[in-house]
Amino acid sequence: MVDIPFDEVAGIPPAEVGEVELYHPKSWWTRYVFSQDAKVIAIQYSLTASAIGLVALVLSWMMRLQLGFPGTFSFIDANQYLQFITMHGMIMVIYLLTALFLGGFGNYLIPLMVGARDMVFPYVNMLSYWVYLLAVLVLASTFFVPGGPTGAGWTLYPPQAILSGTPGQDWGIILMLASLILFIIGFTMGGLNYVVTVLQARTRGMTLMRMPLTVWGIFTATVMALLAFPALFVASVMLLLDRILGTSFFMPTLVEMGQLTKYGGGSPILFQHLFWFFGHPEVYIVALPAFGIISDLISVHARKNIFGYRMMVWAIVAIGALSFVVWAHHMYVSGMNPYFGFFFATTTLIIAIPTAIKVYNWVLTLWRGDIHLTVPMLFALAFIITFVNGGLTGLFLGNVVVDVPLSDTMFVVAHFHMVMGIAPIMAVFGGIYHWYPKVTGRMLNEALGRFHFWVSFLGAYAVFFPMHYLGLLGMPRRYHDIGETAFIPASAHDLNAFMSVAALIVGFAQMVFLFNLIWSLFKGKEAGGNPWGAASLEWQTPETPPGHGNWGKELPIVYRWAYDYSVPGATRDFVPQNEPPARLSAQGAHP
Amino acid sequence: MVVAFVLLLVAIASVLFHLFSPWWWTPLASNWGYIDDTITLTFWITGAVFSAVVVFMAYCVFRFHHKEGRQAAYNPENKKLEWWLSIGTAIGVAAMLAPGLVVWHQFVTVPAGATEVEVVGQQWMWSYRLPGKDGRLGTSDARDVSSDNPLGLNPNDSNGKDDIVIQNDDLHLPVGKPVKVLLRSIDVLHDFYVPEFRAKMDMIPGSVTYYWFTPTRTGTFEVLCAELCGAAHAQMRSKVIVEEEKEYHAWLEKQRTFAEVSGQHNVAKAAYKTGSE
Repeated sequence: MVDIPFDEVAGIPPAEVGEVELYHPKSWWTRYVFSQDAKVIAIQYSLTASAIGLVALVLSWMMRLQLGFPGTFSFIDANQYLQFITMHGMIMVIYLLTALFLGGFGNYLIPLMVGARDMVFPYVNMLSYWVYLLAVLVLASTFFVPGGPTGAGWTLYPPQAILSGTPGQDWGIILMLASLILFIIGFTMGGLNYVVTVLQARTRGMTLMRMPLTVWGIFTATVMALLAFPALFVASVMLLLDRILGTSFFMPTLVEMGQLTKYGGGSPILFQHLFWFFGHPEVYIVALPAFGIISDLISVHARKNIFGYRMMVWAIVAIGALSFVVWAHHMYVSGMNPYFGFFFATTTLIIAIPTAIKVYNWVLTLWRGDIHLTVPMLFALAFIITFVNGGLTGLFLGNVVVDVPLSDTMFVVAHFHMVMGIAPIMAVFGGIYHWYPKVTGRMLNEALGRFHFWVSFLGAYAVFFPMHYLGLLGMPRRYHDIGETAFIPASAHDLNAFMSVAALIVGFAQMVFLFNLIWSLFKGKEAGGNPWGAASLEWQTPETPPGHGNWGKELPIVYRWAYDYSVPGATRDFVPQNEPPARLSAQGAHP
Repeated sequence: MVVAFVLLLVAIASVLFHLFSPWWWTPLASNWGYIDDTITLTFWITGAVFSAVVVFMAYCVFRFHHKEGRQAAYNPENKKLEWWLSIGTAIGVAAMLAPGLVVWHQFVTVPAGATEVEVVGQQWMWSYRLPGKDGRLGTSDARDVSSDNPLGLNPNDSNGKDDIVIQNDDLHLPVGKPVKVLLRSIDVLHDFYVPEFRAKMDMIPGSVTYYWFTPTRTGTFEVLCAELCGAAHAQMRSKVIVEEEKEYHAWLEKQRTFAEVSGQHNVAKAAYKTGSE
């Protein structure tokens, strides 16, 4: 790993796929709108995801207003509260985080980081975005249809998801399922691109074990998503058939509002298995790209190679594989055969080991580093804290018997927000502050960035850390109003109000971030090609922002891994991946 | 170093919050003290790891933040250290998992002497059924639900005639007697949740799920629904009253059987006669 192969320069085999024929845009429309350039598609994905993400942010304010001050706001009733939580959850998990990490970061970074000119199937890549946009529009339309969006909870558990006791039973649930189906179609087109590009279009010398961990994270997450989303796809189709055609895939004989329905013979648990067979890998589909991004941010900004690169790669792969055999830990109290608990608790807790290795290696990368406390580094530190916190509470919920009292309480809400809400979003922010200069050629404003960081991190921590204790107390989730409940003391309501105020302040900080994104586009400091002094390939492009085809005339040749920072004897504290060893040894470096 | 200090403060504040939080689990009212113990153990182990990681980070930031002339060390990996950390983690994980699985084994093993009690969930109320003098519950089916048979008991099952039906009212249980709670729903998913008992389980239309516990102290405990079941999910409440054997029997005497509730007295007798002929 460490050895920089001095003698291998001539021996680097040519890339398996050499130069690809690029589609060259002929008009403004094909350059900026129906573009086949992965970088443009990445920005389209990111903007769309952020736009629908803002809707989810506003929904979270509504939820917090209701929880903090129940009964105060006449525009939020029980039905709307359920619709808000459903849409907030679905948007954040799928339409924001999945789309942003894979469609956004994946599209932008994969070709640049592996030294390709573009994704291997640019046309399909373009289609992927437009189908995704359609999915988002269908989802957003549910706010305007009769009955409003579905309020079934983001898990959409039948039978209630399609029965009349749940808001949004007319149109909301149908459009939600249609939107999911579209999303998965769109994602599959993009996902095949990311996987094939990583496997086939790496430049000369870019072996798999020289790829930056960001690529490893996104690549593994994409493979997982391609295997996991089909389960959600079939579940959505079957539930749609149950709702529209009256089939009974998930519907046993049951009574709806006192009336016997025509359903019979189906299994609600089957839906849960399909949903979580997708849903658990989904957690890691969001987490693995974040792992990768954080590894790279820490390494670059601590001017130190990532500690234990090989272990980091294998940990990503191991987590990806294990995450397919743990899904039923979401179903310990679902009424499935309780003996499954032994198996799934064991597999779930085993995942803690590769995950812990990643955490150790991040903090060991800091050890004896040269830590620049830039905004991306701050977000990386915040990621580690929130991820460790959320990961450790996962050991409560994964350990089957401990899950029994805690499941379906606010403890679960606090846990998954910490681990797959706050932590990945910290990685997203860190990534944006880090790569914005490459994308736009300008730096984001540092002072606004620091303000955004401190308010977001400390505010979010103040919302979700105390929330665990409400769950421990027994406060159930998905209650719009806990009301008069014997075991809930008055102080719990005060804590809820505090958390709501903190959440609103965090929300305000995001407006500052948006302002920074737009303001810096025009007024930000000129960044130059490599403002952080990073070694990985995307910072070595001849132009910034990178032009069409990324690399000018010649594809770069890669001679080393992406983490040659502070190499003893080198003149600079980083050695770009495409710097030939000859030049390095001329500078007097010893590997 | 402000950043290092704030990181340290996050760790300290988290620990202090934990120690002084007035929000803690409700006083236990069942035999599942082992669950609480497992949670406590998990808190100790995870709390130690969390504090160690954050304090280590804070120290790194304090000690190694960028200064003029600082150069980072170049050490790509340290196999030995990585293995030791992995093994240490595995031991910590095993220390939580092993007791957890032992307690889970108890949780899924219903003692032979447990009395069966049925809980029926429907949008949005709780009903209960206790076996009658024969000690057996009759069968049920959602197809049999009607206005005078809201729980869908099988009218042709003689075991069910003497079952005690408590519709939309409180459940009473004798203290100190193990109970096997049979959980049933006639419409959507529900979850019979009493925080003080620690146990909970979803109820699924079309199947019967269960858990068991022994109430260990008398009192009135609030029942909530812990699985989203539609618009009035938050209002689906009931009470469980745990009392001494004598009071329990006094209450039991006043309850009505399925035959009485459904006005099937005569029907039942007639059916019996027909059967004997």
